[in-house]
Amino acid sequence: MNKVLYIPFLFLSLLFLQVFILNNILFLGSINPYLYVAFVIFYPLKKERYLFLFLSFLLGLSIDFFSDSGGINAFALLFVAYIRLFFIRVIFKKTEQDYLLFNLHQESFGKVFNYVIILIVIHHFILFSLANFSTQNFSSVLLNTLYSSIFTLILFFLGSYIFRRKEK
Amino acid sequence: MQQIIYFFQKYKYFLFFLLLQSIALFFTINNNSFHKSKFISSTNTITGGLYEKFSQFSDYFNLKTLNEELISENEQLKNLLEKYNSIGDSTVTLSLIDTSKYNQKYIYSKAKIIKNDYHRPNNYLTIDRGTAQGVEKEMAVINSKGIIGITEKSSSNYTRVQSILNNNSKINARLKNDTHFGSLEWDGKDYNTVQLHDIPRQAALKIGDTIITGGKSTIFPEGILIGRIKKIDIKNNNRSIDIQLFNDMSSLGYVYVITLLDKKEINTLNNSTDE
Repeated sequence: MNKVLYIPFLFLSLLFLQVFILNNILFLGSINPYLYVAFVIFYPLKKERYLFLFLSFLLGLSIDFFSDSGGINAFALLFVAYIRLFFIRVIFKKTEQDYLLFNLHQESFGKVFNYVIILIVIHHFILFSLANFSTQNFSSVLLNTLYSSIFTLILFFLGSYIFRRKEK
Repeated sequence: MQQIIYFFQKYKYFLFFLLLQSIALFFTINNNSFHKSKFISSTNTITGGLYEKFSQFSDYFNLKTLNEELISENEQLKNLLEKYNSIGDSTVTLSLIDTSKYNQKYIYSKAKIIKNDYHRPNNYLTIDRGTAQGVEKEMAVINSKGIIGITEKSSSNYTRVQSILNNNSKINARLKNDTHFGSLEWDGKDYNTVQLHDIPRQAALKIGDTIITGGKSTIFPEGILIGRIKKIDIKNNNRSIDIQLFNDMSSLGYVYVITLLDKKEINTLNNSTDE
C-alpha cells in the first residue's frame, strides 16, 4: 500500500474496528479483544519518534472518547508505544542503523510471537488496572488481562496472516 | 546552561512521553469523580452522531424483544388505569378531589440508548436527548422494568448517563413493604447483581423481598422497581445484601428520563437549612 496513506488508514480502521465491533463482542459476558494495540506493532520504525508517540496517544484518546473511559486507553497505548524500542533492541537485537530495513514479517515467528505477547500483556494489564482504579478486585484485573490477551493474540495473528497474503 | 540543554536533548522523547502520559492520567482521574466536568465523553457531536447511525442498524435485531416489552408494559399500565377507574366509580370519589394531588410532580420523556456498557468497573450509557430537549444533569433514567441510572453530562443533543453499574453510583433505596432505607451500590462483579448498604439493623429482611427506590433525593421518584433480595451476608454486624436486578442491563433499548418539576424549590430549601 501507498506509504503516505498507510498510517491514516491503519489509524482509522483500527479505531472503528475497535469501537463499533470489538467493543461489542463481550465473549462469555465480559471478554473483549483490544486489537488497536496492533497500531504500535505495525507502525514503521523511525529514529524520529514524536509523531509516533503523538499518534498513539491520539488513537487511545479517540477510543476513550467513544467508550467514556477518561484517558485509560491513551495511557496504556502511549506506554507500550514508548517502551516498544526497548523490546525491539532486546528481542530482535536491532540497532538504530537497522530501523529502516526492519520488517516484522521477515523475522522468525518465535521472536515475533514473544514481542507481540509482551506488548499485548503489558498494554492490557495497564488498561484493566486503570479501569479498575482501586486496589480492590485485583484478581479480576489479572483474570481480565489473561483472557483478553489470549483473545487479542488470536485475532492479531489471524489478521496479520490474512493481510500478509494479500500484500504479496 | 549547556548541561540543561544537553539534558533536554538526551531525554526529549522521555519528556514528551511524560507530558502526554500526565494528560492521559489527568483525564482518567477527572473521569472518576462525579461532580467535575468531563472533557472526554461520547456526548459530543462526532461520537454521538456516529453511535446514533450505528444504533439505527443494530436496532433491527432487537425489534422482537422490544415489542414484547412494550406489550407487557401496556398491559401493566392498563391494569393500573382500570384500578383508578374502579375507584372513581365507587363512593371514594369525594376524597380523591384534592387539588394538591392533581399537581404534576414529574414529567416522563422518552429517549433511546445509543451506547450501553456493562462489563467495566465504571459503566456509562449515552442517550439521544440533550439540553435542547430539556435533559440536564442529575435526572433519573428508568425503563418499564426498573432503574437504569442518573444523567451526568449533557451536550445539546446527547446525554451521558451514569449507570447503576458504576463504582461511583449511590442511590437511595428501600424495601417495598417497609420504610427502612439504605443506599444502593455496585461492587463491579456481576452485572445482574447490585448491593444494598447501610440498611438499619431492625429492618426485617427476607430473601425474595422487593427493593424499590426510596424517593429521599431530588432525582428518583419513590417506588420505582429495582430488584429482589438474592442473598443476605452478615459480617461483623454489617449486613451486605445482594439484589438481583429486574432489568437485564445488557439489553436495553428505549428509556424514560424523569424530570422533577420542583427540584429547584427543594434544593433551595435544603441549602437554606444548612446555613
